[in-house]
Amino acid sequence: MSTLSLSSAFGLLLRRDLTLAYRRRAELVNPLLFFVLVTSLFPLGIGSDSRLIQAVGPGVIWVAALLAALLSLDSMFRSDFEDGSLEQFMLSAHPVSILVLAKVLAHWLVTGLPLILVAPLLAVLLSLPGEALGVLLITLTLGTPILSLIGGVGVALTVGLRRGGVILSLLVLPLYVPVLIFASNAVETAAAGIPTTGQISFLAALLALSLTLAPLATAASLRISLS
Amino acid sequence: MANSNAQNEPRFSARRLECIRDDRRLFSDLSFSLEPGQALVLEGQNGSGKTSLLRIICGIRLPEDGELLWEGESIFKLGPEFHQHIAYLGHKDGNKLDLTPFENLNMARGLGKASEAVDIEAALERVGLYGFEDIPTRNLSAGQQRRLAIARLLVTEANFWILDEPFTSLDRQGIETVEGLFDTHLANGGMAALTTHHRIDLARAEVHRINLSA
Amino acid sequence: MWTLIVRFLHQMASPQYFYRIAGRLVPWFMVPCALLMLAGLYGGLILAPPDYQQGESYRIIFIHVPSAWMSLFVYVVMAAAGVIGLVWRIKLAEVVAISSAPIGASFTFLALVTGSLWGKPMWGAWWVWDARLTSELILLFLYLGVISLYSAIEDKRVAARAVAILALVGVVNIPIIHYSVEWWNTLHQGATIAKFDKPSMHTSMLIPLLLMALAFKLFYAGVVLMRARCEVLERERNSRWVQSLVEPQTR
Repeated sequence: MSTLSLSSAFGLLLRRDLTLAYRRRAELVNPLLFFVLVTSLFPLGIGSDSRLIQAVGPGVIWVAALLAALLSLDSMFRSDFEDGSLEQFMLSAHPVSILVLAKVLAHWLVTGLPLILVAPLLAVLLSLPGEALGVLLITLTLGTPILSLIGGVGVALTVGLRRGGVILSLLVLPLYVPVLIFASNAVETAAAGIPTTGQISFLAALLALSLTLAPLATAASLRISLS
Repeated sequence: MANSNAQNEPRFSARRLECIRDDRRLFSDLSFSLEPGQALVLEGQNGSGKTSLLRIICGIRLPEDGELLWEGESIFKLGPEFHQHIAYLGHKDGNKLDLTPFENLNMARGLGKASEAVDIEAALERVGLYGFEDIPTRNLSAGQQRRLAIARLLVTEANFWILDEPFTSLDRQGIETVEGLFDTHLANGGMAALTTHHRIDLARAEVHRINLSA
Repeated sequence: MWTLIVRFLHQMASPQYFYRIAGRLVPWFMVPCALLMLAGLYGGLILAPPDYQQGESYRIIFIHVPSAWMSLFVYVVMAAAGVIGLVWRIKLAEVVAISSAPIGASFTFLALVTGSLWGKPMWGAWWVWDARLTSELILLFLYLGVISLYSAIEDKRVAARAVAILALVGVVNIPIIHYSVEWWNTLHQGATIAKFDKPSMHTSMLIPLLLMALAFKLFYAGVVLMRARCEVLERERNSRWVQSLVEPQTR
């Protein structure tokens, strides 16, 4: 038998990570709860004036999504680093960037996708107009993978550090700014009934760029962190 | 790899390796080569760089200076092609505790070049874990988990084993089993580089020793 | 042939050689820098006329604009040096990269502070979310990230490689971030236009500005050499030549 085809190896690693996540499914709900909790805090802090809440709603949801993504990033490589399986990936017969892509996809399915599913609830909490909900879901669908991909680079650089979580935020949040700007603006604009093709296209372009470049940067960072 | 020099080059060679850790030069100008059937045993005190050298050999760690060649080609240029030939066992077992032994070995097979001769059940049997395929690895003892890590060496076509303290946590039975596996591996033309505190007894193999404290 | 050239370059980049040469070069940068700065400040503060719109308070641009230019320039140099150090494993490139980070961060901070000082007389506020200031703020975080990551990793050779990747990722993202912030700023203008309009550039203003820009570059060159010498001493502290510097040979 020879080595598996690249897509089979990808699928095998994806299934493995999803299996592992399922076996620890109690932990999966934490970023999700955080997302809902943070969003709910804002009306408490700002006041219950529904016009004010509506005005800040899109920004609030997206900032909360960023923070929830940040919170969940640590799980991408930590477990593998601690039990030594990460080293085995680096010694694989397959390109590390493809393995990274599989891990990022698994991570997004487990941490990003739930945010998209719970977004309608948050839309109701923040009185988001109906027209904006569709755009919110689109921005989350395009944006959360970008957060996982870019976040992967940051986690890879800090995985070996003792207090890596603190530095991780510093490394990753500036890189998240473009996603935040365009995604929250898209939702605001949609709430006003104006077309948002520009913003959505930009997000799609960012996603394409991240898909091609981030796995390479992450693989290089992992190699450095493990040396 | 079609390489006209492949016949003359040693299967694995290291030239003028230098390693610096925490500002200390652990070793420099270190050279050796390995051919099929040979084993390299690293000796030295704690902290003398045995683990670092093993990690340099498999390419995880970059040497400060020097070259590492597989059949004459730099292992860094070969990349995944070199990785097909090696299997590494580090301090940590590399097992996912939430997966079963079967799932762990399946993943290992998928990452490397799967062995034709040995399948997962056979590998588990050879390390004495027959019947444990579907028990969560978490529930195995430390010695059993180490044996699972050893089983990983068997399920791929990797013929160069790079092992850091492979006998850790093993009982006398486990040690004998693993020594037997090494003997078979080397007799079949495999190579190995390892460190061990245990006095390893490789009956038929050609054993080279490097003492890093010297 | 190629390996010979590379080996020669490696020798040229030997820490000991660099330490000596850099020490000699520093004054050649710092003295012209001081002269140019005097000339630029004289031209900008004394000779140039007051702006018809902003009066005397515009004069801060002679510090603010060159600082902002340098903050970006130094980041690019840092990323380039990092890549060279990463790909060719040249220690000197790694040293230059990490020595540049605090200098670039300082320029960024200076740009932010002078920007804030400029804003106060104009808009009555110590901070406005102007596109350039916001971009500079994010750039400051990128610099701080590089500095934090480097200090968090104990093995400095590994740290240099990690920081090189980070700087490279940053360099790719800076245009994207800059564009996004520009775009964001044009949307959220609000009632007052909080934009730092550069006064229309008269030559008497342009020349001091360029003199200051050149002076800042010389400043960077001199200071990065000084920092790099310190970094080299620290990295090579166990080597013989450093030991003999610290404890002079008894005659």
